Amino acid sequence: MGANDSSDGTPATTTGNRALMLEEALIFEIGGSDTCGVDLSPVPAHTSRLGDLSRSRPIGLPGLSEPETVRHYTRLSRQNYGIDLGFFPLGSCTMKHNPRLNEKVARMKGFADIHPLAPISTVQGALAVIHQLAHWLVTLTGMDSVAMSPKAGAHGELCGVLAIRAALEARGDAREVILVPESAHGTNPATAAFAGYRVESIPARDGRVDTDALIAKLGPNVAGVMITNPNTCGLFERDLKIIADAVHAAGGFVYCDGANFNAIVGRVRPGDLGVDAMHINLHKTFSTPHGGGGPGSGPVVFSAALSPFAPLPFVEKDGDDYHLVEEETAQDHHASSFGRMVAFHGQMGMFTRALSYIMSHGADGLRQVSGDAVLNANYILRSLENTLDAPFAGSGPCMHEALFSDDGMAEGFSTLDIAKGLIDEGFHPMTVYFPLVVHGAMLVEPTETESKAGIDQFITALRSVAERAKAGDASLKSAPHFAPRRRLDETLAARKPVLVWKEPELAVAAE
Amino acid sequence: MRYLPLTDPDRDAMLRVIGAPNIDALFVDVPEDAQLTGPIRDLPDHMPEMLVERHFSDLARKNRAAANHPFFLGCGAYRHHVPASVDHLIQRGEFLTAYTPYQPEIAQGTLQMLFEFQTQVARLLGCDVANASMYDGSTACWEAIGMAARVTKRKRAILSSGLHPHYVSVAQTMAKFTGDVLDIATPELVAETDEARLLAAIDSETSCVVVQYPDILGRIADLSEVAAKAHEHGALLVAVVTEPVALGACRSPGEMGADIVVGEGQSLGVGLQFGGPYVGLFACKEKFVRQMPGRLCGETVDAEGKRGFVLTLSTREQHIRREKATSNICTNSGLCALAFSIHMTLLGEKGLRELAAVNHANACVAAERLTQIPGVELVTPTFFNEFTLKLPKEARPVVRAMADKGVLGGVSLGRLYPDGGGIENGLVVAVTETVSAEDIETFAATLTEALGAEALA
Repeated sequence: MGANDSSDGTPATTTGNRALMLEEALIFEIGGSDTCGVDLSPVPAHTSRLGDLSRSRPIGLPGLSEPETVRHYTRLSRQNYGIDLGFFPLGSCTMKHNPRLNEKVARMKGFADIHPLAPISTVQGALAVIHQLAHWLVTLTGMDSVAMSPKAGAHGELCGVLAIRAALEARGDAREVILVPESAHGTNPATAAFAGYRVESIPARDGRVDTDALIAKLGPNVAGVMITNPNTCGLFERDLKIIADAVHAAGGFVYCDGANFNAIVGRVRPGDLGVDAMHINLHKTFSTPHGGGGPGSGPVVFSAALSPFAPLPFVEKDGDDYHLVEEETAQDHHASSFGRMVAFHGQMGMFTRALSYIMSHGADGLRQVSGDAVLNANYILRSLENTLDAPFAGSGPCMHEALFSDDGMAEGFSTLDIAKGLIDEGFHPMTVYFPLVVHGAMLVEPTETESKAGIDQFITALRSVAERAKAGDASLKSAPHFAPRRRLDETLAARKPVLVWKEPELAVAAE
Repeated sequence: MRYLPLTDPDRDAMLRVIGAPNIDALFVDVPEDAQLTGPIRDLPDHMPEMLVERHFSDLARKNRAAANHPFFLGCGAYRHHVPASVDHLIQRGEFLTAYTPYQPEIAQGTLQMLFEFQTQVARLLGCDVANASMYDGSTACWEAIGMAARVTKRKRAILSSGLHPHYVSVAQTMAKFTGDVLDIATPELVAETDEARLLAAIDSETSCVVVQYPDILGRIADLSEVAAKAHEHGALLVAVVTEPVALGACRSPGEMGADIVVGEGQSLGVGLQFGGPYVGLFACKEKFVRQMPGRLCGETVDAEGKRGFVLTLSTREQHIRREKATSNICTNSGLCALAFSIHMTLLGEKGLRELAAVNHANACVAAERLTQIPGVELVTPTFFNEFTLKLPKEARPVVRAMADKGVLGGVSLGRLYPDGGGIENGLVVAVTETVSAEDIETFAATLTEALGAEALA
């Protein structure tokens, strides 16, 4: 806050504001302990039952009136880039348009205002939504069953790996190793380790899993393999069926990270490729909003071999009635279920949104979704392969995302500079420095909801920023120049962590 | 199709640039026998917006919305009034359609909000620091047990019998795979809290003691003694709060000595939503911060010296540490955290205390009234806004009978515990600010009738 040194040569303002770009203090600096934006009913006469546990100390929570609250959060929101504003090509994140019909549906009182433990007779419509979405997910993936409760993609991975472990334990087969390609999302090895497995890495060859190396590692101690398809280099794992057959022959299971399902939805069923478990990110493929980092939703589809071990709860249909199988009824059937992953039944608010999206597109529309997503990515790849190094451009079409590297930049210029330069051009940068198998990786995922004109604009902008990086344009090193903040010091944040606000005098005293 | 901007001429022009004859040709790497040649059978084709909306309206009508009924359900999910401005603000596209703030220069809105949220949560729970949220309370609870094992290098946790059975179930499921040992202090619920048994169970093997406050029956108990005994043996106290509004009226777990406090933040801003998405709260003492799971937002400065915020200490996390991460968690519950934070900002200190006071008073009035019904006893002498009744009949059919009369009259312990939980005919009743005096009367009359009808049956 305070004086504006306007290093870009524009005049400073007294407030630090710049027209529509308004600085906003923290609620702790502008709120008051006596200010309240809510009117409550009077407290009825009663005898307290708190015993000796009444709060005596102040909490330290600032309040704002309703108008101040609306303004505070509106100002904050304007310092954010979102899909509604522009192109958001984060590779592996599938930042597609979030239809507002989904929001409307999720907010219907009959879905938004029902309790997870309400009597089953009073929530038949909600159970129907879960059942219908489950049918779509199982049918689209060609699998046997689906566990709806996992709260996010990584949670779904955990669900899948736990089912693998439960299946192996059920046949008295304690295996210790999960194979994970080095190009995998970091969550894959973390998940395998969390589930009690030792992780062994499989090398990549030309952007795909080295099939021979993987098969050579198979044996009686390998519980399974976690493989992302389409993978994090934006390529389809051609050998997945061959790999799956080999893994199955060795007594293991195949987990597929379904983060990139958007590229193949409606065109390929993972079940036909020998997959035993796969999570589906409803917030990617099925357009539920990313919300600044969650909530997501990660249902897991299972093969017949793993289905008996899937976690509680289940929704089952019997004639016209829906039932919920929870702990008290699970002993009768689903006796091999490995247990429970969350309180209640999963991300209902995301189920309604995802089903609304799926029904809007239908089976025919989803096939066009994956087709357009892949078309957009290939168009970007071919339009930029002569400007940026594209390590796998020679190995045929990419899937949902195009991968580039920082090879050929001037000395001292890197992927980060290109990303920050794109911010000034009005675009959210692509995913950077991932996957780790490519130096200075840039992963561009346009999704199907970008127009050709919008993509052309992005191509022009990225080309110009890349040319500046090649030419060693010093102004790129200090980008972004026009964002609400200049480059932020992440090293300082980690070296001296300040994670909560403290009164200035206390903050000084603490040092 | 309304969500697809490309036209056929666009597609043709792009295919020419790519040098492919058609879109199907781009899928050349998919083995031919795995390629579907047309839309999948048994699934309907696309639908207009109007018809999709109608489909959902029809289904929504088959559910009984809480607002339309006298409503007394709790047990880890609470119905509170959410001010209209909360839902308006979280639907701003810049919040709704942003992603994880990987590019902080254009994500200061999300980051500053998270910094404010972390501070609000830490203060509310009585801790030094809090993270940027977890999936929900039950997963936060398991993560806390895992964190205590990392801190103490021990793998034996003691769970209070007052912990939400779903939370116990999640922990037991995970412990099966991680090798953690979970001791349940008391095999089954009894009317008294299990503090004495917890104290007796703590020893030099204990990694942590997990206590819910208020607990599954609604009871509140001082945690100081358990905290002291745990610390004496080098163990941690983990407190679980499923009703954060309680902390507007009750002492916080942090001030009673809890080392890690986790909880479910759904009460503020989020709504019921049939159980999700919710927002997990996670706070702890500063000295343990590097063992914390999940995302953290921290303050820093930009190149011009202006204050700004970034995600920090990410070396704990999976995308850097891979198999050595503190957790496999990769997201938080950002939009729900925003709703929580906005609601909390609207309330402020004064509002939260008033809200808590109204909740407590309404619950006291309801408990008073319901225990006037012959045969109905109060099991929980101290409580905040939720208490447990012992009915003269099995509670589950009574709850169903009341639902048929349009009254959502609490959660039977039989719904949560396969064996009933140890308290016979237990009914857990939650009473928030949304309950009117008339609702309490309707509930009392309906319960009386249901008990009578049961007697005749």
